[in-house]
Amino acid sequence: MSEAFAAALVEWPASGVPRTPEAWLLTVARRKMIDAARRRQTGDESAAALAIIAEELSPAADENPEIPDERLRLMFACAHPAIDAGVRAPLILQTVLGFDAGAIGSAFLVAPTTMAQRLVRAKNRIRQAGIPFRVPERVELAERLDAVLEAIYAIYAEGWSDPAGTEARRRNLADEGIWLGRLVASLLPGEPEALGLLSLMLYAEARRGARRTAQGEYVPLAQQDPDAWDQPLIDEAEALLLRASDAGRIGRYQLEAAVQSAHVIRRRSGRTDWDAIERLYDALLSLTASPVVAINRAVAVAETRGASAGLAALDALKEDARLAEYQPYWAARAELLARCGDLPAAEAAYERAIGLESDESVRSFLQQRRAHVTVTASTLLPSGSSRNAA
Amino acid sequence: MRYLLLMYQQEAVMRNLPKETAREVHGAYMAYLDALKKAGVLVANHGLQPTSAAATVRAPNGKAVVLNGPFAETKEQLAGYFLIDVPDLDSALSWAERNPTASHGAVEVRPVWG
Amino acid sequence: MQYMLMIFVNEARYPKLTPAEREQGTAAYSAYTEALKKAGVLNGGSRLQPTSAATTVRVANGKSQVLNGPYADSKEQLGGYYMIDVPDLDAALSWAARCPGASHGVVEIRPVWTM
Repeated sequence: MSEAFAAALVEWPASGVPRTPEAWLLTVARRKMIDAARRRQTGDESAAALAIIAEELSPAADENPEIPDERLRLMFACAHPAIDAGVRAPLILQTVLGFDAGAIGSAFLVAPTTMAQRLVRAKNRIRQAGIPFRVPERVELAERLDAVLEAIYAIYAEGWSDPAGTEARRRNLADEGIWLGRLVASLLPGEPEALGLLSLMLYAEARRGARRTAQGEYVPLAQQDPDAWDQPLIDEAEALLLRASDAGRIGRYQLEAAVQSAHVIRRRSGRTDWDAIERLYDALLSLTASPVVAINRAVAVAETRGASAGLAALDALKEDARLAEYQPYWAARAELLARCGDLPAAEAAYERAIGLESDESVRSFLQQRRAHVTVTASTLLPSGSSRNAA
Repeated sequence: MRYLLLMYQQEAVMRNLPKETAREVHGAYMAYLDALKKAGVLVANHGLQPTSAAATVRAPNGKAVVLNGPFAETKEQLAGYFLIDVPDLDSALSWAERNPTASHGAVEVRPVWG
Repeated sequence: MQYMLMIFVNEARYPKLTPAEREQGTAAYSAYTEALKKAGVLNGGSRLQPTSAATTVRVANGKSQVLNGPYADSKEQLGGYYMIDVPDLDAALSWAARCPGASHGVVEIRPVWTM
């Protein structure tokens, strides 16, 4: 889609602003996708995707002032409950943004052939089951919208792990996630969760520049320089969150955006509002029962009531099998154990976290933290005694 | 299902790492190995000595021909493997992604028969 | 000393084998594996599915790239391996020469780092 925007910038001044700019953009995008598909060797998947788009977007629709809705309708179809949850975001990437299966697979860590198969199955399902291309009625809208938002968030989240956005050639998923978020927010401005998601993504995006040093080293949130954060993006995010809260319908994305807002308060006050963050995570936990939320909440509790309280909150999650291979769980445990003074356990937890992390700069950071714990432990031992005696 | 994770990296680069980096890389592998064991998925693993220690044998007519060196010259060389037992390819790929070799080389994931 | 015996054969030849040839090949490997066991030198091994089932992963700047296929395209492909524990390289070479893979492919021998 970004190519189409670039084309628009080049051609508008010459021929004047088109009567329906969105329609013009969509036509250009469709033409470019068709051209790109022809150029690609394995055009099967994209051809099929384009067939869906082509079927549903008749030329007559170009005259329709609701053209941007076509993309929204496509997204609602992709996020339909009958479509397997794991393939909704990939399907949107393919059909709305023209990604190929290989790029999508890489993003979601799935083999390209596997991803291609899942996408074909999903599109067959849409055709065979007769899944409609429409924005659901008011009654269903909030629930169905959640599936769309979840898919967009998944796309943004996959782009999150490329903090430097280093490969321009490989499309930046974070940008695409935000683009989709803007689309939905502009088309459904009365939906507070749509605004909340966009706000959340913009807050996160605002900190992109601060996440790595110039040498590519990992910088945790607490150590980021607020001056390196993108102020206009934060302002936009805050405005969106305010608008969302006007609707009076709280939801998980608004809550998560509010957490982000509490974090970025630091740029004005110099401190993070951990009390607010803990209360927000309390609310999020009651909404989602997500172990990820529980971990973040435990970290907040450690700030408001001390490391032991935070560790107790983490301990409550010990039995959850999903966390056994979840790096942030072990990293949080390690941090809190270290703060509680249980250094051998902290070391072991750091070891677990390191072994589960795929980003070298984060691994490096965790290794430094662990080394620090080891050094601290050895300096605390009375001279002459062995470590095992502790 | 069993999958073989084959680790390919540039021997020359790994051999010439500064001491601090080499220590960190070694630590990363130890942590990874530990994580595989704790997850209960590790079946076997070995690190290979470099291709300078390799030899190849062909015996097309029952007569063995031995040559020094690896099977093929490649930009990155096979450094070792992990054999893991996991539910499916997605799971194998997430372990491959965590393998430190993935960050400075490539990890090939191949399903194993039986 | 521990050695890895890596068996490289041209996968493309398999579909062309007659049932008799296939059976003979299987029997040859079974016999070889038995011999390794009886000699007390076998320490592991696997038969790999073909490179059409391979996937390769790289991570750059925290971003993953997943590609279909093996690490490298080559005339012969890794089809399996044995881990053996023998006194020295000569012993490893003589075992490698007996491997069925050596007769229609190539066996690479590499010593293993001991922990």
